[in-house]
Amino acid sequence: MVPEMPAEAPTIANVTGSRAPAGPMVPARYRVTDHRQDNADTVTISLMPIDDPIDDPQPGQFTMLYAFGVGEVPISVSGCPRHEGVLMHTIRAVGATSRALCRLEPGSVVGVRGPFGVGWDVSSAEGSDVLIVGGGIGLAPLRPVVREVLAARERFGRVALLIGARTPEDLLYAEEVERWRAVPDVHVEVTVDAASRGWNGHVGLVTALLDQLPITPSLTTSFLCGPEVMIRVVARDILEAGSPADHIRVSLERNMHCAVRQCGHCQLGPLFVCADGPVVTWAVAADLLAVRRW
Amino acid sequence: MNATSIRDLLAAQPVLRDLEPADIDLIAGCGHNEVFPAGAFLTHEDDQANHFFIVREGQVALEMHTSTGPLLIDTIGARNLVGWSWLFPPYRWVFDVAAIQTTHAVVIDAACLRDKCDADTAFGYRVMKRFAQVIVDRLQTTRVRLLDLYGAGNAC
Ligand SMILES: Cc1cc2nc3c(=O)[nH]c(=O)nc-3n(C[C@H](O)[C@H](O)[C@H](O)COP(=O)(O)OP(=O)(O)OC[C@H]3O[C@@H](n4cnc5c(N)ncnc54)[C@H](O)[C@@H]3O)c2cc1C
Ligand code: FES
Repeated sequence: MVPEMPAEAPTIANVTGSRAPAGPMVPARYRVTDHRQDNADTVTISLMPIDDPIDDPQPGQFTMLYAFGVGEVPISVSGCPRHEGVLMHTIRAVGATSRALCRLEPGSVVGVRGPFGVGWDVSSAEGSDVLIVGGGIGLAPLRPVVREVLAARERFGRVALLIGARTPEDLLYAEEVERWRAVPDVHVEVTVDAASRGWNGHVGLVTALLDQLPITPSLTTSFLCGPEVMIRVVARDILEAGSPADHIRVSLERNMHCAVRQCGHCQLGPLFVCADGPVVTWAVAADLLAVRRW
Repeated sequence: MNATSIRDLLAAQPVLRDLEPADIDLIAGCGHNEVFPAGAFLTHEDDQANHFFIVREGQVALEMHTSTGPLLIDTIGARNLVGWSWLFPPYRWVFDVAAIQTTHAVVIDAACLRDKCDADTAFGYRVMKRFAQVIVDRLQTTRVRLLDLYGAGNAC
């Protein structure tokens, strides 16, 4: 006799409810609740837990996002549940896994491990001027920093946000950037590599704007994220302007597998970027990024 | 506006730092103040480079006309120098320069300054050194931009 099948066969996506705590190597299932196309190759997805949720991430931490059947990649948190009610990630499609993640529509299920790593530690910047420099997809891990600083604006000195993008069309969170710009006492500048007539922002490298920002470098805590070359040139300029190296925070990127200091894939000199980073001070990063190692 | 106030305006520009007060006086003698409304052209591609500009307030764009319309190559904001085609023959502008916002600039007469540099070569050397620094800075940032930092292959 053929056993009666349940109305809906259990699949990875429709089993609901909590599970026993599984440890950092087992992904929790999350359901995609929103999918927003930020630009031609970048998408922001919002996630709600199906299983027990992961711990609330700190700005700058990352999760390992698992596109079932394709692969798992580290992606920074671009929105924290305590601020947004959902877990948000902004993903640029560069290869098989990130492309699969960018294709996830509302209702799809994804695996999430984490949160991992050392975050930006925004509260330690209280009382000082704040400089946030995000280039390209590097604005994603900084979005929670901007939100946290704006939510407690009175606790910080002058606040400057400098954003670099390839073209005006590539700019992430364009509408939100306009809302940040409208906040009194927050200085926002956007510069792109190429634009046509009609673009009212800047054209050029982010460094060209540093000396025009209303901050005092020696009293400033800086948060930098973007292509490594951008981080290097910006950090050196800020340093030269008088900012101490341990007040410059940068987010490092290295290939990752385990994310829990086991496999060694993410090593950069003495650092395991998954656990000692991704956010480190320039005092730590300067020599590691300056040396050509291979 | 008289030469004294032009002198004060120039002395306040970081782009002329390292020059001696007497040098600033000499440059100021070749300068006048001008305001360019948003959208106005400071100069056009292939025009004679009879002037250069020190932007005091506002922002200008270096543009190049293409078949699909003007492309913005660079924007230059307050406290910066615009133009070095005046330095060497054939003294012709390579780009259009347009004001993106209302722009206040000190306009320096190039022939006047070149004559002073030729007459006092020590002064001329200091001016060239300052300009060389600006040119090197721009060249280096341009080279970094050539890397297409935010393009595919530079994921973050
Ligand atoms: C801590 C951390 C946080 C990250 N946060 C984000 C984020 O918020 N959003 C986001 O879109 N990406 C982020 N990344 C990068 C992301 O993990 C990679 O883009 C992803 O692993 C690529 O995997 P793939 O299988 O799609 O492509 P692959 O097939 O692995 O690679 C495709 C192409 O992209 C290049 N590439 C892969 N990874 C990187 C990288 N890290 N840097 C530069 N080039 C790379 C490869 O050289 C290759 O040419 C982060 C990485 C780290 C380490
Ligand atoms: S990713 Fe395995 S040790 Fe860091």
